[in-house]
Amino acid sequence: MDFIFIQFLNGLSSASSLFLVASGLSIIFGVTRITNFAHGAFYMMGAYVAYTLTESWMGALGFWGGLIAAAVAVAILGALIEIVLLRRIYNSPELFQLLATFGVTLVIQDLVIQIWGVDDLLGRRAPGMKGAVEIFGQAFPTYELMLIVLGPLCLGALWLLFNKTRWGVLVRAATQDRMMVSALGVNQAWLFTGVFTLGVFLAALGGAVQIPRDAVHNAMDLQIIVEAFVVVVIGGFGNVLGAFLASFIIAELNAFGILLFPKISMILMFLVMAVVLVIRPYGLLGKAEAHPRTALGSVIRPWAPLSKLGKNWVLALGLALVFLPMFAGDFLLNVSTEILIFALFAASLHLMMGVGGMVSFGHAAYFGLGAYGTALLVKFLGLSMGATMVLAPFLAVAGAIIFGWFCVRLSGVYLAMLTLAFAQISWSVIFQWDDVTGGDNGLLGIWPDAWAADQTSFYYVTLAIVGISVYAIRRIVFSPFGYTLRGCRDSLLRADAIGIDRLRIQWFGFVLAGSFAGVGGVLFAYLKGSVFPDYISIPLSVDGLVMVLLGGIQTVAGPIVGAGVFKALSTFIISHTEFWKIILGSFIIVLVVAFPQGIVGFFLEHFSKKKDSIEEGKS
Amino acid sequence: MITRRQLIGGVLGGVVAAMTIQGAQAADTIKIGEINSYSKMPAFTVPYRNGWQLALEEINAAGGINGKLVEVISKDDAGKPGEAVTAANELVSKDNVHMLMGTFFSHIGLAVSDFALQKEVVFVAAEPLTDAMTWSKGHDYVFRVRPNVTIQASILANEAAKLPAKRWATIAPNYEYGKSSVEAFKAILSEKRPDIEWVDEQWPTLFKMDAGSTVQALLRSEPEAIFNVTFGSDLTKFVREGTTRKLFDGREVVSMLTGEPEYLDALRDEAPEGWLVTGYPWYSIDTPEHNAFRSAYEAKFDDYPRLGSIVGYATMKATAAIIANSKSLKSEDLIAGGKGVEFDTPMGKASFRAVDHQATLGAYVGRTALKDDKGIMVDWKYEDGANHLPDEATTKELRGM
Amino acid sequence: MSSLVVKGLSKSFGGVKAVTNVGFEVRKGELLALIGPNGAGKSTCFNMLNGQLKADGGSIKLFGEEIIGLEPRQVWRKGVGRTFQIAATFTSMTVIENVQMALISHHKRLLSMLPFAGSLYKEEAYELLELVSMQDQAERPCGMLAYGDVKRLELAIALANDPQILLMDEPAAGMAPNERIALMQLTADIVKEKDISVLFTEHDMDVVFSHADRVMVLNRGELIALGLPSEIRENEEVQSIYLGTGAVYDEELVGNA
Repeated sequence: MDFIFIQFLNGLSSASSLFLVASGLSIIFGVTRITNFAHGAFYMMGAYVAYTLTESWMGALGFWGGLIAAAVAVAILGALIEIVLLRRIYNSPELFQLLATFGVTLVIQDLVIQIWGVDDLLGRRAPGMKGAVEIFGQAFPTYELMLIVLGPLCLGALWLLFNKTRWGVLVRAATQDRMMVSALGVNQAWLFTGVFTLGVFLAALGGAVQIPRDAVHNAMDLQIIVEAFVVVVIGGFGNVLGAFLASFIIAELNAFGILLFPKISMILMFLVMAVVLVIRPYGLLGKAEAHPRTALGSVIRPWAPLSKLGKNWVLALGLALVFLPMFAGDFLLNVSTEILIFALFAASLHLMMGVGGMVSFGHAAYFGLGAYGTALLVKFLGLSMGATMVLAPFLAVAGAIIFGWFCVRLSGVYLAMLTLAFAQISWSVIFQWDDVTGGDNGLLGIWPDAWAADQTSFYYVTLAIVGISVYAIRRIVFSPFGYTLRGCRDSLLRADAIGIDRLRIQWFGFVLAGSFAGVGGVLFAYLKGSVFPDYISIPLSVDGLVMVLLGGIQTVAGPIVGAGVFKALSTFIISHTEFWKIILGSFIIVLVVAFPQGIVGFFLEHFSKKKDSIEEGKS
Repeated sequence: MITRRQLIGGVLGGVVAAMTIQGAQAADTIKIGEINSYSKMPAFTVPYRNGWQLALEEINAAGGINGKLVEVISKDDAGKPGEAVTAANELVSKDNVHMLMGTFFSHIGLAVSDFALQKEVVFVAAEPLTDAMTWSKGHDYVFRVRPNVTIQASILANEAAKLPAKRWATIAPNYEYGKSSVEAFKAILSEKRPDIEWVDEQWPTLFKMDAGSTVQALLRSEPEAIFNVTFGSDLTKFVREGTTRKLFDGREVVSMLTGEPEYLDALRDEAPEGWLVTGYPWYSIDTPEHNAFRSAYEAKFDDYPRLGSIVGYATMKATAAIIANSKSLKSEDLIAGGKGVEFDTPMGKASFRAVDHQATLGAYVGRTALKDDKGIMVDWKYEDGANHLPDEATTKELRGM
Repeated sequence: MSSLVVKGLSKSFGGVKAVTNVGFEVRKGELLALIGPNGAGKSTCFNMLNGQLKADGGSIKLFGEEIIGLEPRQVWRKGVGRTFQIAATFTSMTVIENVQMALISHHKRLLSMLPFAGSLYKEEAYELLELVSMQDQAERPCGMLAYGDVKRLELAIALANDPQILLMDEPAAGMAPNERIALMQLTADIVKEKDISVLFTEHDMDVVFSHADRVMVLNRGELIALGLPSEIRENEEVQSIYLGTGAVYDEELVGNA
């Protein structure tokens, strides 16, 4: 009994830490709709700045003052980023802010190393809270007790802010119905800035209070960001109490779960999220929005098959690709092969997101399943490359059939987060199942058969498969099915009213997208010669999103251009400098501001002849 | 104001310009391609790079190898196996390097190793610890410098067997390194001490340890001794929570790698005392070869060496030794030259075993202590890896030969 | 003959009764208007008829066949077309593609992946657009249409399925007065030509009384009157609860455009 109580307290203190970060994220998303990928970076900045301040400011006042000052300083930085960067892109498709904040994260990661160095830092212990108190004969750290109090305290403060101040009431109103708030004549820009600053403050405070219990290090951002998102989703977006509840549930389940299953924590929160979303599609306390916007903004330019000029361009590109091996060395061919594979990956993601309106944060799942299908067939059945290429994508298809069935029952960010949950569950199965998947050491020796082993042959194999697949995707986009899928994205109401079975269509679209991603994964496994859990991990899903958004989600050719630009650029930069994060991050930020419609969207907008079809409507 | 089009033009122009600069390279040098997780794991790989750069400088100052200067082309793998293979490809097919070396993570090391096998290029793995590298997934083209998990666990288990503790618990990050360390340690210790009992095991997710709950769970099982494999920020949290909650009071802790400055220094004055650890007591090693290395290192980088520095230095020296001992730069000659070749390291002489290409480099084992508010290793000794490696027959079995 | 027979239709939201025991018939070839003050339950009623809302109880028979409990898409397949109060169209498509979409669904080729959708049923779609005088705008992006044109497009979409009955939720809301009259005249012509029925809601009493064959009045979820426009105009109860307020139509809803 004593032990259970102590363990319960442990859960509470973890819950408080989690809640601080998650509440800020929830508030930001609820009001501004920004999927703030940089939230983890602000958390990390909070810890680093607090470290620096508490190292030089002495005494209890110096310590606590340092934590608060750090949170304030980072919040000011957040406000600046909001004003300088995010404000410019509020009218872009919603996910574009994800791209921008992803760029910010990359930049901050490198800056932190430049400023604070590469080594882990050990912050001071809190004055007067270095020791422990006896609870049922167990030593319980005083600082953890303080954290247990801090969570509810923060929740209370937020409640007062949102219920007892005019500003708070406006923010709450904006969370529920953004149109109404702008109709009230409130200056939305400053409301957004205020909310963003508050959210960043909470993130930085969350990071700052970690310094007496954790190491301050340059990977803190990515460690917290996904967890924070999961908590927000489980609680229901924009619902602070929900985030509190979700933090509590996850932390307690983890505290007690590790007693029965010591390896559970890797997957626990994703399991919880999947279960919660299947049962409650808007999270524990979330509600459907009054005016749901599609995550992609509404598209005004109707898609059309290629014009004559467009066809000529495609033909020229095709010819260039066919003749590339005559000019290019092995390495350039190798990189080109990889770019082709990612073009297919991005195109498949676009089929799901751009055409189907189903944003995926876990598209790597199908890519990775294709890659692992390949590796397993080669390792356990010893199949030839031809047979493997035909059969391996079916693992991805199977995954997409099962996951898709659940996902299409949700919408918007909740759908996206469920795709993430399934991807992470797949990842952890692969990561843990050493006997079959080789665990994190992966499976090796997946090289092409002799006839395709040299770089040129494999390039042609890839070019053929990617070419056919991309053409097939394009045909599907312009086929009745593609139109139907797009119809479901445009207006569920209308789709339903003209006899379209939305769930079936989206499920089918989901599976198709997953299949093409799986084909990409098969090629990737052969290209790299080995498969690892990395190929099914979050960073790969994020890369896919970046490619699609960079190219222009509201265009058909966008993802392919985006994949080419992003992959070529990142390969080039990584090859030339280890400071690639800051360069790539800045580049992404510049692109986001310069091409708010994506690269292809930008060119269509500026060089398209049909003026009529490119004007923006009100969204 | 710069227009958008100018901006785009400028950026594209810059990229094109940078691509064309890649051109002429010295013809008659020995080229070695080097890959490591510089952007992902800078705390470990930057000292490592210092190490190999120092060795490279020494090699070239002494006239290179067989009269040829050595050039190292270094790439970042961003901590991703896919990028590592791309980098390896670039090094082999574009830069035409003669050998590959480097890597930090086990899975990335394995990816590059498999690439090396496919492309028939010799690869000297530096830091990956997994046994698989030279055993179950070993092959002729791969050499590995650092002592593997089993050597490290075996060194610790030998010492642990001398302790009176009978009730043992383990805590390790939930991935291959953690799992294989625990497995090896348990097997060896149980063999030497059939009387001991394993009372609990904790598997926190790597770098996401919920330290309070985990420490509490360990406390509940009331072990007499704990085997720890956590490192980095997990170790920091574990030490802090464990100290405050008195987990370490009256208990022996045997801990992998904790004596390495990379981990111990990060704990500052909170470094645990009396833990039995493997590590690198650079401050108190007094051998001619180490003194020479240390003073050269400190002079060049104005910093003290970490374990990574030694590994980097030794890897470069080992690579050079392989080349010096080979008839030509062809892979088959390099393999022949590498088998059994001896090389100098600041830890003393080591060699690549002919049977599995595993270096016989060992590790320092000792107790942790606090001195001037800093963690150090005391009462340490150097354990030669050769004494902890399986014999030839067992090794062949491990390699499936 | 009746195309639609509704009996005992009821719906409550969290204990609040929105529609109580409503019953009526829609005769073949007639325009039946459903009116009532704000919150009377018109939209709830409409949404139950096409399956968008699950009714708590009652019966909806289409030519004798029970359709209550069916999904909207199933109701549509039975021959019930529908337009929305706030127009719902596929904004990423052109005008004609919107109609083609409905035709593709009508011909059950939604899963077809080989042909180009843009060239399927183009003539039929064009004819439907002609019917609502939208042929000149066939190739325009749907997201750029004037409001009245969107409503006409919705009508064309609704007609793509050869419906037996059209449910039109405020078909003329947000239009200029002359546009309203034109649209209702158009609807009336189509009803006559195709011999189908229309049930529509409307706030504009001019529209209702000049075009409806019969009118029924809902108040607080209950049907209080059903009859010829002239009868309804004289019905005292209707006058007191509805016309008596002076509210001809609801401005807030019109403002939604």
